[in-house]
Amino acid sequence: MARPKRIRKVINPPHFKGYRPLGLPEENNPVILNYEEYESIRLSDFELYGQHEAAQVMEVSRPTYARIYESARRKVAQAFVSGRPIVFEGGKVYFDSEWYSCTGCGCWFNHPSKDQEIKNCPLCGAPDIKQYYEDNDQSAIEDVCVCPKCGKEKKHLPDTPCRKEVCPDCNSFMIRKGGPHHYRNGNKNC
Amino acid sequence: MKVAITSTGNSLESKLDSRFGRCSFFVIYDTESKSVEFIPNPNKENVEGAGPASVNLIASRDSKKVVSGEFGAKVKSLFDSLQIQLIVLNDEEKTINEIIELLNHNK
Repeated sequence: MARPKRIRKVINPPHFKGYRPLGLPEENNPVILNYEEYESIRLSDFELYGQHEAAQVMEVSRPTYARIYESARRKVAQAFVSGRPIVFEGGKVYFDSEWYSCTGCGCWFNHPSKDQEIKNCPLCGAPDIKQYYEDNDQSAIEDVCVCPKCGKEKKHLPDTPCRKEVCPDCNSFMIRKGGPHHYRNGNKNC
Repeated sequence: MKVAITSTGNSLESKLDSRFGRCSFFVIYDTESKSVEFIPNPNKENVEGAGPASVNLIASRDSKKVVSGEFGAKVKSLFDSLQIQLIVLNDEEKTINEIIELLNHNK
């Protein structure tokens, strides 16, 4: 059995259902674009995120993000070329929204309907609200090789896989920091 | 618009319940008709899944906002999908009356 898909985080789901080509008779063979694929196009081509950042936002691995994005582009191209409508539907996703805090009454709130901008606190109506940002761990975006034996870290070079890098201190092979192998061995050896 | 508030008791003098899924009462307040309805929480003694069950209860009453002290891990994504706004109030001394007044003042 295949490993279950990791659930993807969608920050901004579309607030309409899809697209239809102009000047063609109504056709019932739409291209189904999943929410995660829509989100990948939004992140990569609208927000202009790099694949690393975008993968972090959706809480999937970078290669998985690349697959989602590629599938999204192919579906859009297919719809464009063959003049089929696009319908946003399905996908293994959950929706997320941002948190805000109000300085007037000290409450915290989120804002699920993204098409309207939020200006006032929903509880006391005061306009003194500010958005809450989680501290982004920059090291998580950057690739780092880590030694599973002694824990020494080293910047990852794009051409050499981490498992072929040798630790300068204890001469064992290194692994990617934060990768699946790192989690698996994480508590045993360090 | 209806607002759900978690309450420790079934009167307007009761205080805000800091837990969402296992609060004692839900107060459904209608900002237009000013009506207040107290619903005893049927999921209070649940071992598991009290949060999602309470989300269902609130969604069935058409509330658009929920005021509570704290929301559990399973709840936020459900509310986001249902387009219901969460309001976290870290003040256990606030009474239901005070919260309703704040909401009225807002309008």
